[in-house]
Amino acid sequence: MMKLTTEAEVAECVADARGPLALRGGGTRAVGRPVVGDVLDVSGLSGVTLYEPGALTIVVQAGTPVSEIERTLAGENQRLAFEPYDLCGLLGTSGASTIGGVIATNASGPRRIQAGAARDFALGVRFVDGAGTVIKNGGRVMKNVTGYDLVKLMAGSWGTLGVLTEVSLKVLPGVEDVTTLVIPDVSAPEAVAAMSRALSSSYEVSGAAWIEGAVWLRLEGFAASVAYRAGALQKILAPFGESALMPDADWTRVRDAQPLHGAEAVWRVSVKPSNGPLVLGALPEGCDSLMDWGGGLIWIGQSGGNPAATHAALQAHVATLGGGHATLMKGPEALRAAGPVFQPEAAGVAALSAALRTRFDPRSILNPGLMAAEPVRAAG
Amino acid sequence: MHMPVPDSAIIARKARLVERLHKVLPQDAVIDDLVETRAYECDALTAYRCPPMVAVLPSTTQEVSDVLRLCHEEGVPVVPRGSGTSLAGGALPTADCVILGVARMNEVLETDYDNRFVRVQTGRTNLSVTGAVESDGFFYAPDPSSQLACAIAGNIAMNSGGAHCLKYGVTTNNLMGVTLVQMDGTVVEIGGAHLDSGGLDLLGVICGSEGQLGVVTEATLRILHKPEGARPVLMGFDSAEIAGACVADIIKAGVLPVAIEFMDRMLIEVCEDFAKADYPLCEALLIVEVEGSAPEIDAQLALIMDIARRHDPVALRESASAEESARIWAGRKAAFSAIGRVSDYMCLDGTIPVSELPYVLRRIGEMSKQYGLAVGNVFHAGDGNMHPLICYDANKPGDLEICEAFGAEVLKLCVDVGGCLTGEHGVGIEKRDLMGYQYAPADLEAQMAVKDVFDDKWLLNPAKVFPLDSSEPRRATQMAAE
Repeated sequence: MMKLTTEAEVAECVADARGPLALRGGGTRAVGRPVVGDVLDVSGLSGVTLYEPGALTIVVQAGTPVSEIERTLAGENQRLAFEPYDLCGLLGTSGASTIGGVIATNASGPRRIQAGAARDFALGVRFVDGAGTVIKNGGRVMKNVTGYDLVKLMAGSWGTLGVLTEVSLKVLPGVEDVTTLVIPDVSAPEAVAAMSRALSSSYEVSGAAWIEGAVWLRLEGFAASVAYRAGALQKILAPFGESALMPDADWTRVRDAQPLHGAEAVWRVSVKPSNGPLVLGALPEGCDSLMDWGGGLIWIGQSGGNPAATHAALQAHVATLGGGHATLMKGPEALRAAGPVFQPEAAGVAALSAALRTRFDPRSILNPGLMAAEPVRAAG
Repeated sequence: MHMPVPDSAIIARKARLVERLHKVLPQDAVIDDLVETRAYECDALTAYRCPPMVAVLPSTTQEVSDVLRLCHEEGVPVVPRGSGTSLAGGALPTADCVILGVARMNEVLETDYDNRFVRVQTGRTNLSVTGAVESDGFFYAPDPSSQLACAIAGNIAMNSGGAHCLKYGVTTNNLMGVTLVQMDGTVVEIGGAHLDSGGLDLLGVICGSEGQLGVVTEATLRILHKPEGARPVLMGFDSAEIAGACVADIIKAGVLPVAIEFMDRMLIEVCEDFAKADYPLCEALLIVEVEGSAPEIDAQLALIMDIARRHDPVALRESASAEESARIWAGRKAAFSAIGRVSDYMCLDGTIPVSELPYVLRRIGEMSKQYGLAVGNVFHAGDGNMHPLICYDANKPGDLEICEAFGAEVLKLCVDVGGCLTGEHGVGIEKRDLMGYQYAPADLEAQMAVKDVFDDKWLLNPAKVFPLDSSEPRRATQMAAE
């Protein structure tokens, strides 16, 4: 294992690599086809480079723990509004999730529907491509259309296009008050209808989930405004049943899919929200699930049964829904190795993605095969 | 500003190309007459003009695909065009190109309130996307000042912003999916009515690629329910420094207005003359808008006005009615046309960290004296996206060149203080040759590698975005291959 502390060391290490490299930040995110290669550990690239609360921006080294960033931001009553999830509980990993891992996997939580995804808050990146070249893109200002947006391309590339070394992020003010409107005992289709009603209103719902049979709708902001909107929302949602306000609802339960932590196989599925119940309806007996993003994000867990069959059926079903994707987040080693862990893409899109990988990582040494639809053998 | 020498071999094959285009398009969709092609000689960067060899106006994705495949075979460059409102020359033709306009593709294809999106053909104008859903209480959030005219195609190409993106984000944050036609005619669907990509985020790199990766013919756009209400407040200050400090305090206080707009004295005067919004005449004016129910608006504005009072405003006035709010915004959104009535001008678009506003405004003032050209400032202060408007006289020999040199120096200043060349207008031809100031050769190489993947012959809008000397080897390969 190579533990590095500077961007220059990362560049040198990649340039000199003789074989595949398995990138590692906090080591909390064992998702994707397992990569066999030398571990390149970037958790040593850590620390806040620049923080400007008045400009709502922070620049951090990629290996900086998310918890450290959140602590720094909290000192100025600011936060990472996209609410990155933490996979330690789900995957049984320990360690500190790093911002590089969060951006590289575009990891966004419940507030994604209102505030945007991790990729929307990434303003700039520095990374080392597969040839060992240091590249920067974007910057540290909120609006920037100078050249192509490689920041978005890097966000969600799971380290297959480059090794992130630094990211700059937009942050948002924290809020004075929060409450959650809860409607208990709602079926999945009814839940999506209720969430859709709430999200199509002007009340700025910042979380819309269906968890353990209840709908959760989160409202945040100034106290008087939260109270006003909660009342208004309760009124329009009356047809869906009695609702109560739960000021201390723990949204990390939704964010980190806590009810599924004991499951042997877990999927994360993104579809058009109204298709959420269709996905749930097609699952085999014995699966647990919860919905986030108003029904558009579904976490599914299975213990026992035949996860390989569930996996194949799930990705096949999503492919018939006119858009969406199912990713295996946790599962038996054999299933992960067989893949495809990520939703297979249509031929035209797959060809573009493959060509981009070849351009950014010509030797196919950065997390090779992690995202690919077919098992690939990395060139030495 | 230079453009590559048109390829005379391509121009010599014009008749054959026109004949082939007629086989895939309706008669009236191919424009090759010398007089009529003049209508496409420029976009809103009117200082540069060049009629294209041919203009085509396809009506379907299939027709776009046919045109591109054919041009790909013929080795003819294609310049995509939305409504031609680019301020950066993004749709400026070359004499050897085909202009591909999407103006005839303006249908709404699908409206889905339950899932909160619309799917439209991209020739549709920005404002008419909102127009299609507003009777049901919804709107499309990005609102560039040209929204009455500009097309969604161009918004996607340039990743357009607007006054309200402080809260709602820019185009890329509101774009969910596209139908993209590649230069070889291949049609791909990217994204859709679901959120985020299950693989590489191709949508993210297509948005803002200035028509260089493909032609987007259809788009899935996020729509939102309109807030219950919105109200702006006007704040006048004695100096830009004080206004800048007030902006920083508002943001730090945890209030996030939907818009914070800045105008200096010159712009206040021309916009007032144009819109009669009763702007206070002062050195620095802020328009700060908040949204919500009436009590929410009152509470937020009370907080914001308290902050403003601590900075000794020379004027502080809440809009008293919907009509007054409309006039306040009409003045701001008409800023470019208002100044256009009194002078030729060049509009810059650099973005800077908000904390650098006072310094950068002071330096621009100094440069204005040094170059002998007047400058007005109007911009999105909340996100540091500046719009210095440099006035010049197009009829005075040499004035445009002085203006360009001045503009280049301002943009370099933006980069020097940690910002960028363009926040929402795009690079086009205007900032193309400054890209090397912001990006190292390896940074540009990585971006050009993306174009290689989507358009290996470098036929789509080829002489834009990248400095000509950087892209020259790629464009030369394309020509040599013919």
